[in-house]
Amino acid sequence: MSWLDKISGSRLLSEGARRKSVPEGLWIKCSNCQSVLYRAELERTLQVCPKCGTHRVIGARARLEHFLDPEGREEIATGIRATDPLKFKDSRKYTERLEEARRDTDEESALVVMLGQLRSLPLVAVAFEFSFMGGSMGSVVGEKFVRAVNAAIDGGKPLVCFSASGGARMQESLFSLMQMAKTSAALARLAERGLPYISVLTHPTMGGVSASLAMLGDINIAEPNALVGFAGPRVIEQTVRQKLPEGFQRAEFLLEKGAIDMIVDRREMRDRIYRLLTMLTHYEAAPVSKPAA
Amino acid sequence: MTAPSYLDFERPIADLEKKIEELRYVTGGSDINLGEEIHQLEAKNRQLTEQIFANLEPWQIAQVARHPNRPYALDYITAMFTEWDELHGDRHFADDPALVCGVARLDGRAVAVIGHQKGRDTKERVYRNFGSARPEGYRKALRVMKLAEKFHLPVITLIDTAGAYAGISAEERNQSEAIARNLYELSRLRTPVIAAVVGEGGSGGALAVGVADRVLMLQYAIYSVISPEGCASILFKKADRAPEAAAAMRITAPDLLEFGLVDEVLPEPLGGAHRDPAAMAVVLKARLVTLLAELTATEPTQLLAKRYDRLMAYGAFTEKPGPASGRGAKGHGGVAASAG
Repeated sequence: MSWLDKISGSRLLSEGARRKSVPEGLWIKCSNCQSVLYRAELERTLQVCPKCGTHRVIGARARLEHFLDPEGREEIATGIRATDPLKFKDSRKYTERLEEARRDTDEESALVVMLGQLRSLPLVAVAFEFSFMGGSMGSVVGEKFVRAVNAAIDGGKPLVCFSASGGARMQESLFSLMQMAKTSAALARLAERGLPYISVLTHPTMGGVSASLAMLGDINIAEPNALVGFAGPRVIEQTVRQKLPEGFQRAEFLLEKGAIDMIVDRREMRDRIYRLLTMLTHYEAAPVSKPAA
Repeated sequence: MTAPSYLDFERPIADLEKKIEELRYVTGGSDINLGEEIHQLEAKNRQLTEQIFANLEPWQIAQVARHPNRPYALDYITAMFTEWDELHGDRHFADDPALVCGVARLDGRAVAVIGHQKGRDTKERVYRNFGSARPEGYRKALRVMKLAEKFHLPVITLIDTAGAYAGISAEERNQSEAIARNLYELSRLRTPVIAAVVGEGGSGGALAVGVADRVLMLQYAIYSVISPEGCASILFKKADRAPEAAAAMRITAPDLLEFGLVDEVLPEPLGGAHRDPAAMAVVLKARLVTLLAELTATEPTQLLAKRYDRLMAYGAFTEKPGPASGRGAKGHGGVAASAG
């Protein structure tokens, strides 16, 4: 044992060991341009590579916290948790996967719902947490989405959704399939009230989420290069037995094919959605105080 | 009539039926009277079939649902309806033969009919794309649903698809939107809708014509979010573990009835609908006639409110009372449908 170990003691050593694990995540390599990026800077740029503009997956909470004004944000539809009606088990139990997802993400489910304001314009915003079981939609996501719609209806507010999902949650089988119908039906009600729904399709939005709530926006926006589609590229490749064209199912492809209205850089999302919503809702910003609802 | 086709687990039935057939052949060509023996074998066969079909595994039921001789939508349409007129095309791109649509009479009442059509032989299978519809198929269905709404015709859908087509062209024309739009529009279509899963209920491709006031399922039909093979290759890491995936996903009619995800299960003839398609059609038709009388008597606004409440009730979750989460869904039942 060296003299340094003797004087520093085990406490400092263990702290050092713990600190050692931090630097692993301190620097992040961009998967596209290979630039080595500082984590704190990526947080400032909303996980967009400052060198090449690649949009990395961003957490639901970080997304909403940036999107909404800092004041007056309120999370709703909390405390709703998945049950396991099928007692589903593949290589592992569904309940175990859920526990792990909750632990790893610090979220209860794959969807976060917030009431808030966008430059003082009141709205309801939801975001999918992709790291929670691939952002898959089961009963809880469906229910939370419906409550977001209902909150928008109750408050006469627009709804904005940031989707990022592999699709329906297989572990809930037909329960999850029915969430497609449930969320779409709720959106039909929102439309009947004349309230706008903006759907932002982020990387990736596939399957049952793409084929329900995500494609039903009054305005559909995608982030650059986001993969969006019904069937996954691998499934399609197996079905048609040919190589998929370059850029297939990417945001730019969707724009060209007429599936989305526009592609918007994440760093400009707030301004662009605000501008659109002010037009759709005939909102006039009050410079001093906002008008009573 | 197509030649009988047996599934693996039906082997003992097949052997017995072959024997009966041979005996009949022998009897036909000579004076020997084997009637008594044939009669006994037939009774034994019935018993054996009952026994085998009473204990089918979910994966075996999936095989029955996909049986090559199973009656398809057009078989039911021919058997149950009169004055059938097929309506073609989505008015924008093409006609999709995988999803047939039209108008017909059911017991005298004019209705709109929408059904997936798998092909019977190779040529027809290719033509029908194996019953996997493309966006134009769902858009044709939507057009016919809207037509039904306009002229106050109830809608009957017959579901039988492995899933919506997963291909390059389907994605180019926005398969996702086609399905989503149908879910959205069906939830508020101002006319009664009855859906019957008659074979395979394959995921979004099935649900896109499956949002209804009543969802029926034939006894050996299946309905799931992904095919057992798809689930097996993703979650079980091997496609050949489909039997396990089929069991885990609870895809059978009795299970889904228990979960409240379908409303009724209609019994099939012994050995499955393909053993007696005419009898199956009689059962299905009788139920449709009764349900239609009931649903068409319901006032449209009430019908839509009920449909909406049913959709909102789908889900299994627990909720611990939190400060901010109100029971949103409950607060709105039936209020919103103000003229639209």
